[in-house]
Amino acid sequence: MSIKNKLILLSLLCLGLLAFFLLFDLPTNWTYAFEKRSIKIAAMIMVACCVAYSSVVFQTLTANRILTPSIMGFESVYVLIQTVIVFLYGDKTFTAVNDKENFFLSILMMLGFALLLFRFLFRKEKSNLYLLLLIGLVLGTLFRTLSSFLQLIIDPNEFLMLQGSMFASFNSINLELFWYALAIMLLCFVLGFRGFRNLDLVILGRENAISLGLDYFKTVRLYLILISVLVAVSTALVGPITFFGILVTNLTYELFKTYKHAILIPACCLVSCLALFCGQLVVEHVFNFNSTISVIINFVGGLYFMVLLLKVKKV
Amino acid sequence: MIQIESLSKNFAEKKVLKEVSLSIPNGKITSLVGSNGAGKSTLLGIISRILEPDQGAIIISEKNIKEYKNRILAQHLSILKQSNHINLKLTVRDLVSFGRFPYSQGRLTAEDELKIDEAIAFLNLTEIAEDYIDELSGGQRQRAFLAMVVAQDTDYILLDEPLNNLDMKHSVQIMKILKELCQQKGKTIVMVIHDINFASYYSDYIAAMKGGQVIHFDKTENIIEPHILHDVFDIHFEIIERGGRRICNYYDN
Amino acid sequence: MTDILSLSEEQWLVLRVSRVPRTIALLLAGIGVSVCGLILQQMTQNKFVSPATAGTLDAAKFGILAALILLPEAGGVLKVLFTFAFTFLASLVFLKIADRIRYRNIIFIPIVGLLFGGILNSVTVFFAYQFNIVQDVGGSGESYGAWMVGDFSGVLEGNYELLYLCIPAVLLTYLYASKFTVVGLGKDFSKNLGLNYRSVLNIGLVCVSLTISVIAITIGMIPFLGLVVPNLTSLLLGGNLKKTLPFTAIFGAIFLLICDIIGRLIIFPFEVPIGMMVGVVGGVIFLVLLLKRNR
Repeated sequence: MSIKNKLILLSLLCLGLLAFFLLFDLPTNWTYAFEKRSIKIAAMIMVACCVAYSSVVFQTLTANRILTPSIMGFESVYVLIQTVIVFLYGDKTFTAVNDKENFFLSILMMLGFALLLFRFLFRKEKSNLYLLLLIGLVLGTLFRTLSSFLQLIIDPNEFLMLQGSMFASFNSINLELFWYALAIMLLCFVLGFRGFRNLDLVILGRENAISLGLDYFKTVRLYLILISVLVAVSTALVGPITFFGILVTNLTYELFKTYKHAILIPACCLVSCLALFCGQLVVEHVFNFNSTISVIINFVGGLYFMVLLLKVKKV
Repeated sequence: MIQIESLSKNFAEKKVLKEVSLSIPNGKITSLVGSNGAGKSTLLGIISRILEPDQGAIIISEKNIKEYKNRILAQHLSILKQSNHINLKLTVRDLVSFGRFPYSQGRLTAEDELKIDEAIAFLNLTEIAEDYIDELSGGQRQRAFLAMVVAQDTDYILLDEPLNNLDMKHSVQIMKILKELCQQKGKTIVMVIHDINFASYYSDYIAAMKGGQVIHFDKTENIIEPHILHDVFDIHFEIIERGGRRICNYYDN
Repeated sequence: MTDILSLSEEQWLVLRVSRVPRTIALLLAGIGVSVCGLILQQMTQNKFVSPATAGTLDAAKFGILAALILLPEAGGVLKVLFTFAFTFLASLVFLKIADRIRYRNIIFIPIVGLLFGGILNSVTVFFAYQFNIVQDVGGSGESYGAWMVGDFSGVLEGNYELLYLCIPAVLLTYLYASKFTVVGLGKDFSKNLGLNYRSVLNIGLVCVSLTISVIAITIGMIPFLGLVVPNLTSLLLGGNLKKTLPFTAIFGAIFLLICDIIGRLIIFPFEVPIGMMVGVVGGVIFLVLLLKRNR
C-alpha cells in the first residue's frame, strides 16, 4: 500500500470512530450530549496531536526510539504542583485555585523546569542529551518523593480530589482552557512546521547535519522548547500519559517505513488519535468507566515498550 | 586554500591543540598523520566547524569560516566522520540526496537529481541505489556516505579515517576514488589516516602531528624519510622505494 | 553510665521492643541495599545502576501488590517468596536488556532502567486502580505509594525479623564478589576464564532480589541508597570489590543511621520517613556525582 493510501485509510478509520463517539446512543434531547461529546473528542484529538508531534521530534533529536519527552520529569513536576495545591488548601482547593489559574500555573512551572534544565545542561559543544534526560529523571524521582510524602499526610478524602488530576481524563474538559491549549498548540505546530526538513537532517547525526549546513544547536534547541510547551500543555489539560508517545511513534514507524518528518508527523497524529479513540472506547464500553484512559494507555504502552526493548537487537 | 591560523583547543585542562598554523594547498590530497591523541581529529573537527576553537581562525577562500552562513559554507566544505551507523530505513539514494540539502533545502530540483545520479554512478552504487543503508556491508556503506559528500559537491572534502574498519580491497577502492575526485574534479581533500603506507602512496602532502602541534608539513616524498617519521612516531622506519613510490616497513620495532 | 544501668522497667521495655529492633533494622537495611547496589553495578559494569534505576524496587512493589490481591491472608514468608519471584524475574529481564545496549553510553542504561521501572509501575497502578487501592500503591505511576515510602517508625519487636534474611544473602555476595565483576564483563569473557556465567549471574540476582524484597516488605522503598553509597565508597577507596564491599556495607549502615536521626529531629516530634530523607539527600548526591563526571 502506498503511503498516501495508508494515510487515507487511517483518516477514514479515525473519522469512523469519531462519528461513533459522537452519535452512538445519542439521547433524544441531543444538543447537550452532542456538545459535551464534541468537546471531549476535540480535546482527545488535540492531546493526540501534541503527544504525536512531541514524541516523534523528541525521538529524532535523541536518535532513539524508546524514549518519550515525558520522561524528562515534566509529569512529576505536574503531580507535585497538584499535590502541593491540595496540600495547602485541603478541601477548599477548588475555591482557592480555579481551573484557569491551575492550568497556567502548571504550564509555567513545567516550562520553567524544562528551560532551567536546558539552560544548565544544553550547551553548544557539551550537549549531552542523555545526561540531560537522566538528570531530568532523577529530579523527577526527587519530586515524586516529595509528592508522595505530602500525599501521605493528605487526608484520604482530599486525596480523591488529587487522584482526579493525577490520571489523564477526557471526561471533564474545561472549554475555556481547551481554547487556550489549542491556540498554544497551533502556534507550536506552525513554528515547527518550517523545520521538518531540518529534522530529516538531524537523523544523520550531529556531524553529518553540521556538514550539510544545518545549525544543529539552534535546531535542537528550538524543538526541545517546542516539545516542552506541547507536553506541558497536554499534561496540564488532561493529566499525565507517560507511555503513550512510545506506543504511537513505534506503531507509526512500523506502518510508514520512512524517515521524512513531513509524513511521519501527520501520520503519527492520525495513529495517536486512533489509539486514543480506541482507548476511550475500552474505558467506556469494556470497563464502564471503572478505569481511566491513562491507566489503560500506560498499561498497553508499557507492555509494548517491554516488547520493543526485548525485540530490539541493538538499541 | 585552507588557512589555519594559530589554532588552540583545550578539553578540560588538557591542551589538545597548541597554536597550530598551516596552509593546505588546493586541489591536492593532504593526509594528517600522527600517533593517537596527537590532535588530528580535533584539528579536522575544528576546520569543519563541528568543534569550536578556543583561539585562532580558519580561513577558507580568504574568508573566516565564522563569517559564512551555514548553508553557504556547506556548499564549500564537507566532512565525513568515522562511525556512521544509522538504524533507519533510509535507502542509498535517500542518503545521497541529503548531499543536495545545502543547495535546495530538501526540495530537489532537476539539477539536484542529476548530481545525485552522477554521485551514485561515480561510486558504483547504481545497482544498490534502492537498498537500505543498514543492510549494506561496511565497504558499501562507506561508499554510500562518500557519495553523499560527492553529491554535496564541495571544493573541500574532509575525511576522518575513511578506511576505518575496511579490508584491504575496499581501502584501495576508496583511496582510488578519492584520487579521482582530486584529479578529475579538482577537489581539495584533507584526511586523517593511520596507515602510513596509504598516506605515502596516495597523498600529495602530509602534515605530521605530535602533542597538539604540526611538527612537519611538506610534500609526501619529503616526509617519508626515516628520521622525520622517527621524529613523529618514535619508532624506527625502513623506507623501501619501488618505481618512485615509497613504502615504509616499521614492523621490526 | 549510671543512667544506663539504672533504667526503669518502662525504659527497658521501650529499648527492647522498639529502639533495639529499629536500630538493627536500620543497620540491616543499610547494609543490604548498599551491597545490592554494588552488586548490580558490578554485574552491569555501570556505576549508575542500582535497585532504583534497574526497576528492582518497582518490581518489588508489583510483587507486594500481587500478594495483597491474590493472597490477602498470606503471612510474611509467603509474601517474601512472592515478591522475591517478581523482583528476580524483573532483574533477569533488566540484565538482558542492559546486556544488549551495553556498548552504548553509560548514561543510557539507567534511563532504560528507570523507564523499565515506570512500566512495572504502570502495570501495578492498572491493577491498583481496579482494586481501588491507589493511594496505597501510589498514584498514576507518579509517586511511591504511602506504605511504599521507606519508614522505620513502625519497626517493633516481632515485625522486623524477616530482615535477618539479608545476612546470608550479603555473606554470599562477599564470597562471590570477584566473580560478579567477571560476569559483568560479559558472557564470552566469563567463559574464557572458565566461569559458569549462568549460575554466578543467578546467584547474584537471587541475593539482590531476596534482600530487596525483604526490605521492601518490612521497611518500604529507600530510593538512591544503593546508588549513592557504593559510588561514594569507590570514590574514597577505589574499585576493588573484595576490598570495598565491607566498607560499602558499613558505610551504608552509617549513612542510613544518620539520615534516620536527621529525619527524626527536623520536624520533632513528628518524623520524616526515611525513604523521603534518603530520597532527597541521595538524589542530590547523585545529581552532584553526575554533574561532576560530566565536567
